[in-house]
Amino acid sequence: MEWTNSILQGVLVGGLYALFATGLSLIFGVMRLVNIAHGDLIVLASYLALVATQTLGVGPLTSLLLIVPLMAVIGYGLQRILLNHTLGDDLLPPLLVTFGLSVIIQNGLLEVFTADSRKLHAGAIETASWPLVSGVSVGALPALQFVVAVLLIAGLQALFYRTAIGRAFRATSDDPATAQLVGLDNRHVFGLAMALSLAVVAIAGVFLAVRANFDPAQGPSRLIFGFEAVIIGGLGNLWGTLAGGVVLGVAQAIGAKIDPGWQLLAGHLTFLAVLAIRPEGFFPRVKH
Amino acid sequence: MSPRDFHIVWGARSSRAGGVVALALVAALAAAPYYAGSANLNLLTQFFAYLALATLWNLLAGFSGLVSVGQQAWVGLGGYCMFALTMFGGVHPLAAVAIAGVVAAVVAVPVAGLLFRLRGAYFAIGSWVVAEVFRLFSSQMSALGGGSGTSLPTRVITSIATSRQGREFTIYWSSLALVALVMGLTIWLLRSRWGLALRAIHHNEIAASANGVETTRAKLVVYVVAAFGTAMVGGLIFLQKLRISPDAAFSVNDWTAFVIFMTVIGGIGRIEGPIVGAIIFFALRETLSDLGSIYLLMLGAVAIVAMLKAPRGVWGYIVEKTGFEFAPLERRVVYTPAKPATAVLPKGDAQ
Repeated sequence: MEWTNSILQGVLVGGLYALFATGLSLIFGVMRLVNIAHGDLIVLASYLALVATQTLGVGPLTSLLLIVPLMAVIGYGLQRILLNHTLGDDLLPPLLVTFGLSVIIQNGLLEVFTADSRKLHAGAIETASWPLVSGVSVGALPALQFVVAVLLIAGLQALFYRTAIGRAFRATSDDPATAQLVGLDNRHVFGLAMALSLAVVAIAGVFLAVRANFDPAQGPSRLIFGFEAVIIGGLGNLWGTLAGGVVLGVAQAIGAKIDPGWQLLAGHLTFLAVLAIRPEGFFPRVKH
Repeated sequence: MSPRDFHIVWGARSSRAGGVVALALVAALAAAPYYAGSANLNLLTQFFAYLALATLWNLLAGFSGLVSVGQQAWVGLGGYCMFALTMFGGVHPLAAVAIAGVVAAVVAVPVAGLLFRLRGAYFAIGSWVVAEVFRLFSSQMSALGGGSGTSLPTRVITSIATSRQGREFTIYWSSLALVALVMGLTIWLLRSRWGLALRAIHHNEIAASANGVETTRAKLVVYVVAAFGTAMVGGLIFLQKLRISPDAAFSVNDWTAFVIFMTVIGGIGRIEGPIVGAIIFFALRETLSDLGSIYLLMLGAVAIVAMLKAPRGVWGYIVEKTGFEFAPLERRVVYTPAKPATAVLPKGDAQ
């Protein structure tokens, strides 16, 4: 029963990893940009939520109403002012510029908030749980997180395949030059993609900050979890990414159950094993 | 004008001058223990380590398109190998450094097999995952102090040399020899057929492959060479520090971010770039590092501005303006007629 419980927790946290991954693969899909600062932006969202809860006296979930649009604006600005200038045939500029950005965000947060680890407090919902069967119970907060993750992924799926902006994303992804010929402004489309990416990860970042401690140095591990979920699930498939996140969450939960020192290692080794056995991931790109 | 009249050469007078300058510089540096103080020697030893790391990262990212942000994997592996071999194997520290390089080269083969399945930027993050795996494994090794690390026993330290000064000299000379080896090896590799293959891959992998370049093998060669060199540098770094811990050994800031900064500022894709970049980095570090995180913040900002405004770096700018290169890698075709006075050119054929 203890094992069932751990695996269940792993599945639920996997939803958050899937959201990190979705943000990452969204911008990769649309503009072939891998954002090394992705994890640090997630941590930035957690700190912004911390400031919002402290100054406005609202709960972390309410603060999302402010943090999500704020992160979207930051994303759009970042893309238009900085990242659009790095895009091209060469791989190095986007990689190195976002790497520099990662160093800047980490040290900026360190300067403002110190290296102390913080946590967001959501009140009663943190401890509420429903027993499923004897010995297995599901916490209200993890369950809420997972449901939100699933709903968000369903929403993004609908956005991509049913709306005009989704069509613009797919068009620029397929052929940026032709997309421009038919009247799309790529710079604007890329800005919107980054805005959407950061809005999604802001939700995940705030949820994770309620669940576990965070500090300025945690960005890279968040980037890596998201990346692993993308590769395990298979590139270019949102539901696959959710599965990838769940696989990663379960692997970490099982590792942690064996030995606390094995939590992260088990996740990484699962990723490497998938890379060795099935490099295209479990659910590679779906054709539409 | 027969094909015999054409010769393929590297660079011109400047490269021969470069060779002479390099030899003179190495000789002057080799004599440094006799005139430089202990603090300066210490600084130079660190400089050599960073120059070697930057040269190897440049070999990967600048010449072969393998942008790794996980080179700390090999620095840490080298350091831990050196510690394990000296503490439990009774191996002489300098021999342990060399063996650490070989161990890393062997480990790099299967690692490359996995990482090469990831393309471009995903390769970069994959290399980071590998470094994280190494770090987590190292913190599981209780014989080497687990997560908090360990120090080199006195027995091992005195086996380098009995006096403190003797140790400093030995480590200094070893670092100088290693950086000379790394730079020599890099120039040799880039001028060999592998170098030609790498440049072709860097420009267009599909076209290179279509022209018969064994792309995967060429990338494997360069990845393994880089791991070999980086691990030896790591071994020497931690021989100088005398203490190792997972966080220090596998630090992404110390062994990758700074190294990338140097290469980008100096001039990526040029042999001289890391030298210029390392000098700039150490000048900044010696004057500004008291500022702590503000200093790192500035490094990040400078790197971004450099990448956007001057992507060829300081040395690239100098070459652009003057055409001067110490260690040119491009081959040039030179026309030197074998018998200029008697050469008879068929009419209409000459250009």
